[in-house]
Amino acid sequence: MTEHGTPYVGRSLLRREDRRLLTGRGQFIADLELPRMLHAAFIRSPLAHARIRSVDLSRAAAAPGVALALSGVELARLLPPLPDTQLSLPSKWTSRVEHEFHNPQQPGLAHDKVRHVGEAVAVVVADSRYAAEDAAELVRLDLEPLPAVVSAEAALAADAPLIHEHLQTNLFGAFSMGKGDVAAAMAGAPHRLQRRFYHHRYAAMPMECRGVTALHDPRTDSITIWSATQVVHWVRREVAAILGIPEARVRCVALDVGGGFGLKGHVYPEDLVIPFLARRLGRPVRWIEDRHEHLQCSAHSRDQLHDVEVGFDDDGQILALRDKFIVDCGAWNPIGGGVPYNTAAHLTGPYKIDHLAVSARTAATNKVPNTAYRGAGRPEAVFAMERIIDLVAGSLGLEPAEVRRRNMICAEEMPYRPGILYRDGEPIVYDSGDYPGALQKALDAVGGVTVFRQRQQEARRQGRYLGLGIGFYVEGTGVGPFEGATVRIEGSGKVYVSSGASSQGQGMETIFAQIVADAWRVAPDDVIISFADTAGIASGSGTFASRSTVNVSAALHHANERLRQKAFAIAANLLECAAADLELRDGGIGVVGVPGAAVSLARVAHAARPGWDHGRPQGIEAGLEETYYWEPPTVTWSYAAHAAIVEVDREIGSVKIDKYAIAHDCGVVVNPLLVEGQIAGGTAQGLGGVLFEDIVYDREGQLLAGSLADYMVPTAGDMPEMVMVHQHSRSPLNPLGVKGVGEGGAVAPPAALANAIADALAPFRAEFNTTPIKPEQIAEAVRQAPPA
Amino acid sequence: MSEIREIRLTVNGKSYQGRCEPRKLLVDFVREDLGLTGTHIGCEHGICGACTILFNGEAARSCLMFAVQAEGAELLTVEGLAKGDEYHPLQQAFHEHHALQCGYCTPGMLIAALDFLATNPAPTEDEIREGISSVLCRCTGYVNIVKAVAAAAEVMRGARQPNPAND
Repeated sequence: MTEHGTPYVGRSLLRREDRRLLTGRGQFIADLELPRMLHAAFIRSPLAHARIRSVDLSRAAAAPGVALALSGVELARLLPPLPDTQLSLPSKWTSRVEHEFHNPQQPGLAHDKVRHVGEAVAVVVADSRYAAEDAAELVRLDLEPLPAVVSAEAALAADAPLIHEHLQTNLFGAFSMGKGDVAAAMAGAPHRLQRRFYHHRYAAMPMECRGVTALHDPRTDSITIWSATQVVHWVRREVAAILGIPEARVRCVALDVGGGFGLKGHVYPEDLVIPFLARRLGRPVRWIEDRHEHLQCSAHSRDQLHDVEVGFDDDGQILALRDKFIVDCGAWNPIGGGVPYNTAAHLTGPYKIDHLAVSARTAATNKVPNTAYRGAGRPEAVFAMERIIDLVAGSLGLEPAEVRRRNMICAEEMPYRPGILYRDGEPIVYDSGDYPGALQKALDAVGGVTVFRQRQQEARRQGRYLGLGIGFYVEGTGVGPFEGATVRIEGSGKVYVSSGASSQGQGMETIFAQIVADAWRVAPDDVIISFADTAGIASGSGTFASRSTVNVSAALHHANERLRQKAFAIAANLLECAAADLELRDGGIGVVGVPGAAVSLARVAHAARPGWDHGRPQGIEAGLEETYYWEPPTVTWSYAAHAAIVEVDREIGSVKIDKYAIAHDCGVVVNPLLVEGQIAGGTAQGLGGVLFEDIVYDREGQLLAGSLADYMVPTAGDMPEMVMVHQHSRSPLNPLGVKGVGEGGAVAPPAALANAIADALAPFRAEFNTTPIKPEQIAEAVRQAPPA
Repeated sequence: MSEIREIRLTVNGKSYQGRCEPRKLLVDFVREDLGLTGTHIGCEHGICGACTILFNGEAARSCLMFAVQAEGAELLTVEGLAKGDEYHPLQQAFHEHHALQCGYCTPGMLIAALDFLATNPAPTEDEIREGISSVLCRCTGYVNIVKAVAAAAEVMRGARQPNPAND
């Protein structure tokens, strides 16, 4: 706390990490130079599906500056494949949810077949990237083309070519879940409606691509890996397993990371191949992914096809919901079933729906693997559900906001148990919140429904088409299994903190310093945050799934509390009083009610040290350091209402976002400035996804969005102003009362925009149940459905 | 590969001299040969703008130029913006308005904004959005970048002093 006793938590502190990033002194993976470093270039498949007949490396190996050229066939003899899944679901889930999984193990380099354009089949290592790329061009691939499977539906057809023959199916996984009696409730519903929704494939597209540098120390046979990853402890685990060396001999560090958004949230083949090469060659090796590679080998996301049936009554009350969906997973499934299960668990969102049946299938296709990206299965669920609500409203002639209200869980019903399981295997409990309140705030922020409907009518008379759309989501945040924190008070009195979490721009060096500064009554600048380094803490989960503020703050709370007790015991010894008489003061520990009777944290740390002449009382062990691993009981639920007013040009199909408002709740807020930054960034990704961004493959599985000239990341001119309104429903599940915020912004925009565009074009009876919604789709929808 | 060429140029007011192949990209030369790694590479095909620098006073994509084209040129990179420990008004405004998250696009964004404000010192919000649309940011949704550029424009016009107390 400050001298005036105001906590740092809750204040918009400016970021401590800014100075290095603003002055060009940040250090990203491509900025790391090591002596005698070699550079790797991968040779990637130009075909979507083909048998590898041969890989001729002879000319590449003889090229100037080349240290090694290696094919997948050779590597397969030297290195086992990746595990079948890096993120297993807990037994509480596997024992309670009907499921099957068939996950293949990806090799470091393809050796029998290539399964998507961009899959690596060989690698060349040379003394510069230029030399490595020159040599890579000399590699001759002899590929026997096989028919490509480019949609999930086609993959699951009876006669589909098999992508992984040994599985004897293209089905990577399936599960079903639900509650109540959908068949009976659907049969008894006064109204029923069926629609197909497709949420297209797009990608996280961080401005920094991936990259890995590895250094082998032959003296101890240990490896240090610098990777632009969100999960340093996963990288350590997989490298140790694959190279067969103890985890204690593997260190993974993430430097400044230029955005992750989930894409950098699992271990890629390059994370393993580069350390292998460094060890084999006895020189540091680095690989920096370029943007063309990024688009064809770093994970994509979304790409779900939903067939939904809903039963409802005359008032718009939803009585039953059935959803059968399939996920186009691409050629590999590194993180297993978590994302599709997220979709199922978030489908009913803020609504009370007693009868639910969801079945999901995940299909292998000849595309880049589909993994978690900001929202991780939730945008697809919210798109389907929120479109359904508007379609129900439209069929009954009701206001969509009113249908939402009639189905919504109220604040008085919290905590609310929807009667289904989360992916941690625990029954879902919406722990706190006011959903109708958020809806109303978002609508008010765009001027209110009544005023808008008048404006809309007037505009239509002038031949202009305005629409109002809502996207509402709830999001389980802070998922387990755990995150830890180590807190140590140094002899200088500075507080050192390490954790398995890591920042890709979230501002963790600032927010965790705020939290720790309050806990010890020191200045944030006296807190040293050292994350993203496996040397800092034995175990770590990593940063993904809107989990780090929730789990690290809780781990810090418990570590700090244990350490405080120890510090008080030592301070009591120094001050010759009882520990119960002590309190924390600015920068030290003092006797309650006795000004001046105090010792600094530095003095306490000095007294805590091991060795001669320490100041510890009897029975207190040396050192002033604690580690606590927080295992959350389950997730805590954030939510938001997004409201958009758009104007659609029916002739050219353009969409102008006139107003965009977000009413959001992530519990207790550590730093409002940074929370708003997270929401704005997520929202822009959601808007970019629904309006511009599109990973397009042709029928042969060729990637047509192979550059940023083809894959349209939104610019400043494309994005609207955003109005944000906040609610603060404390989480009862962690000491600070926080909920996660990282992903939420990206979840609702596709639904809000689709609803707004459909509302604008209601006179044409146009529905928008497929993303992206580009001008050509809008113009076509208008052409197909002339006004009644 | 081919003959090595000597290049003399001025970067951030300092003279440099280096040797490289004619095919070497300017951004690689600045980063690898001159050691100025503040300028980033985001796409190497001229779309993302992370590599934007001032080339003889005008914004340019250093990934779309060869180092040899910079013979005798004057460059400004992000490292040349601050005066010692004192932020340039754009840096100060980016800090105060939380206009950066991961910081990867930031060097290019700062230089693009500097170039834009040189041609339009008193822009409207729409003009700022247009003016910085040559650089992609994936973190911020541009909301705070637009605010920061507006605030910096005001300071650079001399209408307001930066507030160092907030640093």
